[in-house]
Amino acid sequence: MTTTSTATAAQTHEQPRPKRSFSPRTSFYLMVAPALVLFFVFHTVPVIQGVFYSFTDSPGYGTFDFVGLRNYLALFTDARVLHAYGFTFLIAAVATVAVNIIALGIAIGLNARIKWRTTLRGVYFVPNILAILIVGYIFNYLFSNSLPALGEKLGIEWLSTSLLTDASTAWLGIVILAVWQSAAFNIIIYLAGLQTVPTDLYEAAAIDGAGAWRQFRSITFPMIAGFFTINMVLSLKGFLQVFDHIVALTGGGPGTSTESVALLIYKGGFQGGEYGYQSANSVIFFIVIVTLSILQLRFLQKRETSV
Amino acid sequence: MTTHKINWWLTALLAVLSLTILIPLYFAVVTALKTPDQLGGTGFGLPESLEWSNFRTAWELTRFPTAALNSALITVGAVVLTLLTNSMVAYAIARNMHRKFFRGLYFYFVSALFVPFPIIMLPVAKQTALLGMDNRAGLILLYVVYGLAFNIFIFTAYINSIPRELEEAAAIDGASTWATFWRVIFPLLAPMNATVGILTCLWAWNDFLLPLVILSNPDSATLPLVQYVFQSQFQTNYPVAFASYLMAMAPLFLVYVFAQRWVISGVVRGAVK
Repeated sequence: MTTTSTATAAQTHEQPRPKRSFSPRTSFYLMVAPALVLFFVFHTVPVIQGVFYSFTDSPGYGTFDFVGLRNYLALFTDARVLHAYGFTFLIAAVATVAVNIIALGIAIGLNARIKWRTTLRGVYFVPNILAILIVGYIFNYLFSNSLPALGEKLGIEWLSTSLLTDASTAWLGIVILAVWQSAAFNIIIYLAGLQTVPTDLYEAAAIDGAGAWRQFRSITFPMIAGFFTINMVLSLKGFLQVFDHIVALTGGGPGTSTESVALLIYKGGFQGGEYGYQSANSVIFFIVIVTLSILQLRFLQKRETSV
Repeated sequence: MTTHKINWWLTALLAVLSLTILIPLYFAVVTALKTPDQLGGTGFGLPESLEWSNFRTAWELTRFPTAALNSALITVGAVVLTLLTNSMVAYAIARNMHRKFFRGLYFYFVSALFVPFPIIMLPVAKQTALLGMDNRAGLILLYVVYGLAFNIFIFTAYINSIPRELEEAAAIDGASTWATFWRVIFPLLAPMNATVGILTCLWAWNDFLLPLVILSNPDSATLPLVQYVFQSQFQTNYPVAFASYLMAMAPLFLVYVFAQRWVISGVVRGAVK
């Protein structure tokens, strides 16, 4: 406790400041106390409440009864819920793969010896600062009016009706918006990664006669494996929560064919009187997200060390 | 293969690909300047005359000044409070990691990274309403609290790299722990403060879900929320809708145009630690 004694001893030299007379140790506890309380009240308590209500038939107001595991059992036979999970996985998987391929390609381009690099980098980053919901409304108009008009002009049959009104193509519109918006972030992270690769490695490889693809496989990719892991994990986690995109493009329709899990929890919990039921869905969703994140992290980190 | 030669083919390719970003934005601008009867076809053509009145209509219809003020207030509030509090909590944790309590606290906060908001949104909405916090102040508080998980994570990593000698010197000079933090450590955190500030700003300004489930009074609606609320009225007049979208995106876009490098490097530091 030497620091305590020197601090208090030193403080006696100053003018008396009764409020500042805490020992460093007390001060540290006081620094974290409000955050701890607020975090507990606004994060941990809701988690506990969610788990609690998942065992009830609460509609979100008034009285409720305990129903044991009935909500959980019902979830697994509810076609709407199962479809929402399937749809969310589809969007998340396709968007994660697409966004990482596109972003890595563009980042490699931006890292090469090109003209106007700063300007181009600035342009590619723009979507990251725009609200998904608002961009989504603009894309909604493009998908439902401009593209069909273009399709008709060019005589392309499948393009001449709106992507979004057909259950079998609406997912594509959602993926396009998701990729457009989040490629920006991934490009910038890959670019940061590429700048850590020493250029003389490429020069040496070129002298050894390695082609562009060989250089990418043997130098670039292994060197930025860590950045690949970051991007894959963050993308998947972000896309699993897809919500704004769908609100702006389809509202979950046609019917309920483009509902994601987050949208279903929102709709059922706030508007459908399924507070207890959707709380159980949230618990399952939590387990799914944690499991997927851990599996993905394990897999990618194993790869990182092996390549 | 010389290193000084500019690759013009690649430059051209990247410029063409960047049109995928620019065309939707161009489209939004020309649409916002048309009259409804000019809309037909693909809509990519330039407007025949510039209908600036669309912006005035959108301004009055959505009560843009109110919504912009709400967004600004919430964003600034969230950024300032996050920087002041989260950095301090991280400092206390980083300097006491050898104590069980603080190490536990670190993992307690950071584990929230695994709990996406949709999972807790039902009880959170109910609870904030119950506590009378379904308003702008409540929303600011939630951004500050929910930011803790990620911010503690990157602040502590950064604080660990700051040598303790500076603080020891300050303590010998008679500075209290608080004064040491504010006068010595906080200024040193400038790069991380920039990162956390930028990320919080982008989050709070563009967020839709949290305002949607928390704010109960239409007068406190933020800009994205207003676009959602007015959808049914926008359907009858797309140029006005697009004028409204542009006005909602403009403030942050202008900031970005002038502080581009700074914003990008801030975001990168956040992701790469």
